[in-house]
Amino acid sequence: MEGALYAGLEFFAGYPITPSTEIAEHLSRRLPERGGKFIQMEDEIASMCAIIGASLTGHKVLTATSGPGFSLKQEALGYAIMAEIPCVIVNVQRGGPSTGIPTHIAQGDVNQARWGTHGDHAIIALTASNHQDVFAMTVEAFNMAETFRTPVILLFDEVVGHMRERLLLPEPGQIPLVDRLKTSVREGVDYHPYLPREDGRLPMADFGGVHRYNVTGLYHDMWGFPSDNPKVVHGLIRHLVDKIENHVEQITRYKSFYLDDARTVLVSYGAAARTALHVVEGQRKRGQKYGLLELQTLWPFPAEVVADTCAGAERVVVVEMNMGQVCREVQRVVNDPGKVFLANRIDGVLVTPTDIRQTLRLIAGQGV
Amino acid sequence: MGRTRLVFSGSGGQGVITAAIVLAEAAVLHEGLIAVQTQAYGAAARGSATRADVIISDSPINYPMVVQPNIVVCLTQESYNLYAPIIRPGGLLLTDPRYVHTERKVDAVQREVAMHAAVMEKIGATVVYNICMLGTLLGLNPLVRVESILSVLEARMPKRFLEMNREALLLGQSLVAS
Repeated sequence: MEGALYAGLEFFAGYPITPSTEIAEHLSRRLPERGGKFIQMEDEIASMCAIIGASLTGHKVLTATSGPGFSLKQEALGYAIMAEIPCVIVNVQRGGPSTGIPTHIAQGDVNQARWGTHGDHAIIALTASNHQDVFAMTVEAFNMAETFRTPVILLFDEVVGHMRERLLLPEPGQIPLVDRLKTSVREGVDYHPYLPREDGRLPMADFGGVHRYNVTGLYHDMWGFPSDNPKVVHGLIRHLVDKIENHVEQITRYKSFYLDDARTVLVSYGAAARTALHVVEGQRKRGQKYGLLELQTLWPFPAEVVADTCAGAERVVVVEMNMGQVCREVQRVVNDPGKVFLANRIDGVLVTPTDIRQTLRLIAGQGV
Repeated sequence: MGRTRLVFSGSGGQGVITAAIVLAEAAVLHEGLIAVQTQAYGAAARGSATRADVIISDSPINYPMVVQPNIVVCLTQESYNLYAPIIRPGGLLLTDPRYVHTERKVDAVQREVAMHAAVMEKIGATVVYNICMLGTLLGLNPLVRVESILSVLEARMPKRFLEMNREALLLGQSLVAS
């Protein structure tokens, strides 16, 4: 919440849902204080649509939800991808499918964030394991949304969402902010809303301002009008995917702990990474060469970083709160998929150090 | 100071979660320490056993949950039955005889302090029972300074309740003053 305010949030629409309710609660107070607008909408779909509309008019926008609401938002999320509308969506994950287990942790929406909306597309999803990083990643999310003109998903979890811990607020200006790239085309001069510049970026005009243009979820030409011209369709989908997939390095955020000489590499993210780091530090005290790669960018998947980090490891253990959604990605990108194991927990309880150590013993053939 | 792991347990309405938050905030905001506070959410928390965890440390805290607490406070029989057995050997178990009949010894310092009776007698309002408990706890183990707790209360409470909370805190402390 504070990260969003720092990043310049001006409009929030939401339909409070556990375990993300505190975001709406907090912003309902803090946002109007700063002249921003807070609106509780009639449902999840309307909340998503409201932030899309508000963003088009030139404002930084946010909505917050959890799994069931994230499901409902998927169609409008696809619209925002297609129409290239910057927005940030927080999903504080709880157990699913369906209404699942509202008050307990899971990390089961990783693939939903990637492929929840239909059709080929690229997406940016970030996560964090502690409040300082939640702040930082939230600012990053707003920056990336503007830089790439795309929705960015913040995929947090119930434990990080509900726990209390220290947060040091950076001074204004300490973290650079990306403002919207606006068109310099003046009133009365033809403005092409969907004609990318040479660098692939598209300057925006505030909707309802001096330029009239069309916004649609259909494949569209440089004017924003629907088109089924194969060249236009091909060009647009390549543009939507390439603008993100060609900038993986720029989008990738991660943290390394004790990786230099690690023989066993743990890969984790979100609250699970806290447990993983606890185990790694314990093993290091015993002289065991363990390290942790904490992913903060989940999508686009940081394949190169994961492959390089795991190249020299004897074994890789992915610690997550689902049935192996990131584990499969890690297996896909490392040199030897056979050395990748999953240490998970799927019962609503944060994976414990003992859980991980038991898996490590099993992998080493030592039983439990 | 190393690391202290606490479990506050009782039933919904006794204020154990608030007490945990106040303690954690005091540690972070006024003592320069690191603290993490978590709590049990869910239908089970309403009317039955409520549990709030705090870890206070001078080094970064990774795994945020408490598995084996150094300090357990139990304010109902049910929470005593549930959480007294998980205490770390050599720890501190604080209960109130108003609610808890202690049945067996654990490998820890056991203190039964009549906090509820004292609050009712001296202040006459159960609403500050949790703050009295914090006072007693700090009397037994000065994890943070009383002034730090007061500073948090000042920031969190409406002015008219402040004096009553201050009284409760000092009362709790006096119950275990040697």
